[in-house]
Amino acid sequence: MGRIELKGISKFFKDEEVIKNLDLTIRDGSFTVLVGPSGCGKSTTLRMIAGLDEQTKGEIWIDDKCVNGVPPGDRDVAMVFQNYALYPTMNVYDNIEFGLINRKVPKKEREKLIKDIAEIVGLSDYMKKKPEMLSGGQRQRVALARAMVKKPQVFILDEPLSNLDAKLRHQMRTELIQLHERLGTTFVYVTHDQVEAMSMGDEIVIMNKGVIQQAASPMTLYNDPANVFAAQFIGTPAMNILPSQELQLPSAQGKRHDIASFGFRPEHALFHAPAAIEGLRLDGMVLTRESLGAENIYQIQSSLGMFSVKTFLEPLTSDTLVTVTVPYERLYYFNSEGQRLRQVEVRRGEEIGTAQAPELVSVGGGL
Amino acid sequence: MTSRLWEKLKPYGMISPSLAVFGIFFIYPIFYMIYLSFFDWNFVSPTKNYVGLQNFTDLLSDKEFMQVLLNTTIYTFATVSLTLSISLAIALWLNRSGLFYGFVQGAIFSPHIISLVSISLLWSWLMDPEYGLLNWVIGLFGLSPLQWLSHPDTSLMSLILVAVWKGIGFNTLVFIAGLQSIPPSIYEAAALDRSKRWRTFRKLTLPMLSPTLFFLAIMSMIGSFQVFETIAIMTQGGPVNSTNTLVYYIYEYGFRFFKIGYASAAGVMLLIIVGVLTIIYFRMLSKRVHYR
Ligand SMILES: Nc1ncnc2c1ncn2[C@@H]1O[C@H](COP(=O)(O)OP(=O)(O)OP(=O)(O)O)[C@@H](O)[C@H]1O
Ligand SMILES: [Mg+2]
Repeated sequence: MGRIELKGISKFFKDEEVIKNLDLTIRDGSFTVLVGPSGCGKSTTLRMIAGLDEQTKGEIWIDDKCVNGVPPGDRDVAMVFQNYALYPTMNVYDNIEFGLINRKVPKKEREKLIKDIAEIVGLSDYMKKKPEMLSGGQRQRVALARAMVKKPQVFILDEPLSNLDAKLRHQMRTELIQLHERLGTTFVYVTHDQVEAMSMGDEIVIMNKGVIQQAASPMTLYNDPANVFAAQFIGTPAMNILPSQELQLPSAQGKRHDIASFGFRPEHALFHAPAAIEGLRLDGMVLTRESLGAENIYQIQSSLGMFSVKTFLEPLTSDTLVTVTVPYERLYYFNSEGQRLRQVEVRRGEEIGTAQAPELVSVGGGL
Repeated sequence: MTSRLWEKLKPYGMISPSLAVFGIFFIYPIFYMIYLSFFDWNFVSPTKNYVGLQNFTDLLSDKEFMQVLLNTTIYTFATVSLTLSISLAIALWLNRSGLFYGFVQGAIFSPHIISLVSISLLWSWLMDPEYGLLNWVIGLFGLSPLQWLSHPDTSLMSLILVAVWKGIGFNTLVFIAGLQSIPPSIYEAAALDRSKRWRTFRKLTLPMLSPTLFFLAIMSMIGSFQVFETIAIMTQGGPVNSTNTLVYYIYEYGFRFFKIGYASAAGVMLLIIVGVLTIIYFRMLSKRVHYR
């Protein structure tokens, strides 16, 4: 139906390699979100799937067909552009109808299709208006309707909500999720807003500098990040990453673990932890306190560096000097390349970063 | 009180120099021309005879004047439609980046900055029936030579050719600017909508270009109605009035036959024609053509 496969895709602009040997499979019917910082190649990837840009190397498959060299109109892909790209000289009706006429859909059928679509996106009263006379949200719906009416196998949306205000964005987010559930087609969605990604996607692809950092479901990304970049991209505030050269110790098997840093999420750090909890204890000084109502966020300076702590439904601490406990099972370890070390776990020990080293054991079969 | 009055007057004081220039060189001559069109005067005699609408009735019953109006109209419509369609085609071709295209853009624009007098002399020479380059080129193709400016059948056409040649550069440049203001994503959306090239041009490019198109059309119409230099230098309205146009006609009656009143009446006609075109332009601008 709408399975997309990118095989070894590279894209050069002049000598600059913007996408580097990308492999990605997008499940049929999934809501796949591409996230990443500005300039990491999200739009370029989408445009290659749509056929608006040609990849320099590699193959793109949609279902069982290699679409290399197939023009955009024949790929059965519809795209919603960031700036909507509505046809300014045509009214809403004509905008939606344009593609249908090109597809030689008979007039009767066109009328019915457009009428149905207009009802779905709530545009029935605006059919005679030109795009310039519509609000941002309405334009976005026109763009959606224009894409939907073609009943494509794949929907491609490039930051469709970035021009809307916060409230409307929230509303459209919900509408898009419902739309996806109703249509059941594949959605490929680009954003650089991680909240949008987490709330909408059932599969998230984190990209950086043209390379996929991790592709997984939202909860997997949160619980089991593959590297420092993915770990820090998801969650606000971002995961704390602190150096831990002192942890480079012989493992149980006698090998050295290359642990360059460790991390923990701000919401997993505890003030006043019961003594029964085994964990890493960090002493520090509170630099700033932010209260957002239900949650409080602290910036804390420790001997290993700055980190943040998030607490829920607890009164704001007024202490300056605090001890923070992070349960051992909440710690993540990374090597010097920033890759996650999954098999490592600290079972017992004292404060990291002190001369007294904790004992490291390998679980699940060593490195 | 006085200071507030001063506040109100200050802006007027500041624009008064340009207002004065505008009044002396634009407003006053127009009204003076309208005034003169009701008189019979030869430029030098101390008295002007009031003749009422006589100049206008003479003008409208003059066969020569009708011929002049017809020539001007043909000249204008041919020049404008040819210039616009050729410029648009060239602009569509040149609207891409690259050294070559930049060079062609510059080359095509150059006639626009050459003075009309030089252009007229140059083309008179090119169009010379016996020694001209054009006839030589035509001869290469085995065709019989044309008389160009020296024959009533081809003279107006020759002038149109020169006007088109001169006008293409500027019009192309403005068209390219117009094309570049169309966001590329519109074309990408059209590609995803399976729009064919010709349909994209007709349904998207042309409508989005219509403000530019209309602006150029009116501007070159107004310009063509006032054509003078090429005619004065290349044909002097001949042969047998075949290239006599409105402004040249006014010039001849005013400054060669010294019938100032009669020439002024013709000038008033020109004013009306250009005025109507301008009004149409602004009307259309505020209505259909503007889509944003
Ligand atoms: N037409 C182009 N010519 C040259 N370089 C380009 C072109 N388009 C994109 N790039 C480069 O490719 C890289 C990726 O661009 P892309 O538009 O895919 O980023 P993005 O992830 O969509 O960013 P954003 O979130 O800002 O939209 C950028 O470094 C950009 O400079
Ligand atoms: Mg982008």
